[in-house]
Amino acid sequence: MSVLVDRNTRVLTQGITGATGQLHTRLCREYGSQMVAGVTPGRGGTDFEGIPIFDTVEQAVRATGANASVIYVPPAGAADAVLEAADAGIPLVVCITEGVPVLDMVKVKRALDGTATRLIGPNCPGVITPGQCKIGIMPGYIHTPGGVGVVSRSGTLTYEAVFQLSNLGIGQSTCIGIGGDPIIGTGFIEALRLFQDDAGTDAVIMIGEIGGSAEEDAAAFIEAHVTKPVVGFIAGQTAPPGRRMGHAGAIISGGKGTAKEKIAAMQAAGVTMSPTPAELGVTMRDVLRKAGKLQ
Amino acid sequence: MNIHEHQAKEVLRRYGVAVPQGRACFTVDEAVAAAEALGFPCVVKAQIHAGGRGKAGGVKVVKDAAAARQAAQGMLGTTLVTHQTGPQGRVVRRLYVEQGCQIARELYLGMLVDRGVGRVLVMASTEGGVEIEEVAARTPEKILRETVDPAVGLAGYQARRLAFGLGLGAKEQLGRTVAFLTALYKAFLECDAAMIEINPLVVTTSGEVIALDAKVSFDDNALFRHPDLRELRDPTEEDPRETEAAKFDLSYIALDGNIGCMVNGAGLAMSTMDSTKYAGGSPANFLDVGGGANTEKVKAAFRILLSDEAVKAIFINIFGGILRCDVLADGVVQAAREVGLKVPLIVRMEGTNVEQGKKILAESGLDILSATDMKDGAQKAVAAAGRAA
Repeated sequence: MSVLVDRNTRVLTQGITGATGQLHTRLCREYGSQMVAGVTPGRGGTDFEGIPIFDTVEQAVRATGANASVIYVPPAGAADAVLEAADAGIPLVVCITEGVPVLDMVKVKRALDGTATRLIGPNCPGVITPGQCKIGIMPGYIHTPGGVGVVSRSGTLTYEAVFQLSNLGIGQSTCIGIGGDPIIGTGFIEALRLFQDDAGTDAVIMIGEIGGSAEEDAAAFIEAHVTKPVVGFIAGQTAPPGRRMGHAGAIISGGKGTAKEKIAAMQAAGVTMSPTPAELGVTMRDVLRKAGKLQ
Repeated sequence: MNIHEHQAKEVLRRYGVAVPQGRACFTVDEAVAAAEALGFPCVVKAQIHAGGRGKAGGVKVVKDAAAARQAAQGMLGTTLVTHQTGPQGRVVRRLYVEQGCQIARELYLGMLVDRGVGRVLVMASTEGGVEIEEVAARTPEKILRETVDPAVGLAGYQARRLAFGLGLGAKEQLGRTVAFLTALYKAFLECDAAMIEINPLVVTTSGEVIALDAKVSFDDNALFRHPDLRELRDPTEEDPRETEAAKFDLSYIALDGNIGCMVNGAGLAMSTMDSTKYAGGSPANFLDVGGGANTEKVKAAFRILLSDEAVKAIFINIFGGILRCDVLADGVVQAAREVGLKVPLIVRMEGTNVEQGKKILAESGLDILSATDMKDGAQKAVAAAGRAA
């Protein structure tokens, strides 16, 4: 079992003819994902290594039955690409693009209200259900199928966590990179709800960072609704206030969004916090043992 | 991207936001001429990218040309230390000379993107001249909020509700306040602002509603569609290493420690800083080389780290996903040979092609300490920096 994607997911790449789109479409197909179509306006009728290319998402969906889309379109066109995918009725849209203007996302978020489309990202590594479907830019080989759900605002920190888990023989149900921007499609709470409701997920790793209050809100949700064990980590405990730490969303402003507040909120909600990212794997191992889910 | 007060007011004026007349000046003579042209009394204001200028002596009301000259001489070229600049302060390189006005009331107005709801939030308060964080902590009930539906824009009733809440409901003032708010929202939207703060927003004794101060910052991600606004960047307000890093699309932030860090991924880069601190050291910077780094980028990053004289050791922490460890190792070796490695180098690598990467480093003949994990790397870097210091 898993959430969001599995072996039946049929993936469409928006921006398939760009260098990034080509590279990752190829790597995702090699991993075993069903990469069924590509879209680049003006390139319809051609193909990328046998994958048919269409001018519009609507045409691609009609011809191939794609039910998920991954976006590598440059920032200026990324919001439009999300809207086009939603208009074509695609239920899962994963936007990898980094650098999307915030006010574009304000409009996208409003436009997606009330639609059946779930957006992951932007500025995220994507979603993977190990052994079944990889949508995005994460290195596939570090993952192992299993029962730990991973949700994170940071790409490489997710890889760190997954790598440690796999080395300890602990597999993952699904890993969701929700993205490092201030406004994102799917947040911690929605991801936690999916994992809580998934019979194949035994426990969850949640990786947050400074900026905003998503972790505090998630902590309140965990306290009220999540019965599965959660292991957490927050990056940026030594970050200076007022500076954006790489991610557009990672900024302590007006004294709010500090790691200290987030860690305290998560601890109060019963989350087992890992002191450093180097210990995420062993922390989860201990938590699983205590819960009787691991020998 | 932050801009100066005089630039912010220039931008806002274009959208019809009421601001006092003023002139930006780069020399004392220019400032005196501007003051004479604007008439007395007027105000001489130091232009730096930080708040708290008034209390630090960076804002002076002057009544004649001699006083204007004295004020300008006292500010230009000096270092202004405010509670927002840090102890090192900021050098004043330009002034803004502005018409004076008779203040009846000082209010607060702010616009920003509320991350929680994903919409623009307008905040207003009768407590002008005070930092909004302070008001929020002490008297949160005094902050008025309106969340803007992007499909509608700032609605008339919302602007009126704010005006009434600020006590600006009297006939003429209501219209002026609504016009001010509407123009400000338009500026926010069309400039892709990240934040606009008018503190104070003043009501003059003759009833006008004017932005007496203005702080505007733009969304860096949207600057590609605003070439005119991008021109407003003042490189003298930025760390030269940060400017250099931006050219190579590297995310670099200067800090005050002595361990240079080079990492891929923002979250991992922050965690590397954290680990360094836990190990008893202090990071000299945040540096994210990004997921798609190539040899050129790694070399540029290395040069920037080594240009910081405070750096006594370099800690490279990479989880190779898309950025392969062999590419990273290649870049490090080339950069170290070109630039000359003067400080201990600690490398922790994991992920794609890690064995090839380690081999490249080992065969390079360079003096490189390899670490087993992030914690081990941080401890080794702190120890090495301690010996070098």
